[in-house]
Amino acid sequence: MPSLKDLRNRIASVKSTQKITKAMQMVAVAKLRRAQAAAEAARPYAERIETVLTNLAGGAVDGAQGPKLLTGTGAQQTHLLLVCTGERGLCGAFNTSIVRLAREKANALIAQGKTIKIICVGKKGYDQLRRTFEKQIIDLVDLRAVRTLGYANAQPIAKKVLDLFEAGEFDVCTLFYARFKSVIAQIPTAQQLIPPEFEKSDENAPTYDYEPEEGEILAQLLPSAVAVRIYRALLENMASFYGSQMSAMDNATRNAGEMIKKLTQRYNRTRQAMITKELIEIISGAEAL
Amino acid sequence: MASFHFELVSPDKLLFNGEAEDVLVPGTEGDFVVLRDHAPVMTSLRPGIVDIGEAQGKHTRLFVRGGFADVSAAGLILLAETAIPVDELSAERLGGEIKDAEEDLADATEDQKRLAQEKLDRLKELKDALKI
Repeated sequence: MPSLKDLRNRIASVKSTQKITKAMQMVAVAKLRRAQAAAEAARPYAERIETVLTNLAGGAVDGAQGPKLLTGTGAQQTHLLLVCTGERGLCGAFNTSIVRLAREKANALIAQGKTIKIICVGKKGYDQLRRTFEKQIIDLVDLRAVRTLGYANAQPIAKKVLDLFEAGEFDVCTLFYARFKSVIAQIPTAQQLIPPEFEKSDENAPTYDYEPEEGEILAQLLPSAVAVRIYRALLENMASFYGSQMSAMDNATRNAGEMIKKLTQRYNRTRQAMITKELIEIISGAEAL
Repeated sequence: MASFHFELVSPDKLLFNGEAEDVLVPGTEGDFVVLRDHAPVMTSLRPGIVDIGEAQGKHTRLFVRGGFADVSAAGLILLAETAIPVDELSAERLGGEIKDAEEDLADATEDQKRLAQEKLDRLKELKDALKI
C-alpha cells in the first residue's frame, strides 16, 4: 500500500507528463497546419511536371530508345530502397509502419535472390532498419537540422540517387513514405521512382515543337521529376508525422487524465480511511476511560 | 487584346494562376513572347526574367532559374525551379545564385560544362542589366 506521500508524488509526476504531452499536441497541431499548407503548395508543380512528363514520355517511348532514366536499365537485379521516415519519435506508429513496409519489401526481394541497397532519410528509420539490414544501408540523410523543408532539401537526395544510378549501382529505385490522407489516417506507401511509372493517358498528346531537342529536354526533365517526387514524399511525410504525433499526444494526454483521476480517487480514499481510523482510535480510547 | 490561361509554378508554390495577354519567356534557345493561340511548344528555360502582361497594361516581372515552359492549347504553364518577383530580388540573392552556378560549373563533367558556363554567364549578365 503506497503511502499518501507516494501517491501525491505520483499524481504530481503524471500531471507534469500530461502538461508536456498536451503542449506537444498543440505544437503538432500548429506544425501540421503549416506542413499541410506546404504540401498543398507543392501539389500544382508536381502535378504539372507529371503531365508534362507523361506527354513527353508517350512520344519518346514509341520512338527511338528513350533515356535509361525513363525506360530503366532493362535489368531488375539490384534494388535501391529510399526509406523516408521522421527524425523524431513520440509519434505513434508513424515510423514503425513505414519501416515495416520497407522491411517486407526488402525481405521479399531478398527471397527472390535480388540485391538490395538502402538509403535512409531520417534517423528513426535508420535506427530501426540497422538491426536487420546493417550491411545493406549505404547512406543516411539527416534532416534533423532542417527547420522548414524546402525544395533545396530534396535536391541533394535526388542527386545522390541519380549519381548512383549513373554509376550503375542499382536498376530499380523505390521510395517509401507515409501518404497523408487525413489527420487520423496516414498510409505507408511504396512508389517506384526509377524507372517512373505513369498512368497511361488515352488522349493524344498535342504535337509539340521542342526547343532544344526532345531528348535534351527529357534529359533535363527526368532528374527534376525525381527531385520533385522526393520533395513531395518528404512534404507528405512531414504532414503525416505531425498528424500522427498529434493523435498520439492526444491519446497520451487523455490517458494521463484517466490515470490522474484514478490516482486521485485512491489518494482520497486512503486519506479518508486514515481519518476514520484515527477517529475510531480516539473514540475507543475515550470510551475506555 | 485576347487573353489566355497562364500558370507559373515553382516547387514551393503557385505564383501566378490566371489570364495573361502576353508573356515573355526566357527559353534556352532564345526569349520568346507567348500570345493567345500560340503553337504548342515545349522548351527548357535559361535564367532570366519572365514578363507577364495582364489586362490594362499591368506588367509583372519575375526572375526564374531552371525549369520548363509548356505551351499547349490549354495555355502556358511555366515550371520554374526557382522563381522570385523582381521587386524581392536583391544583390545578395542573385549573388547566391551566381555562387551556386559557379559551384555547379566546378562539379560539372566535360559535356555539362558548356551548359553550366552559359548559365553562369547569363546570371552575371542579368546582374549587370538589373543594376543591383
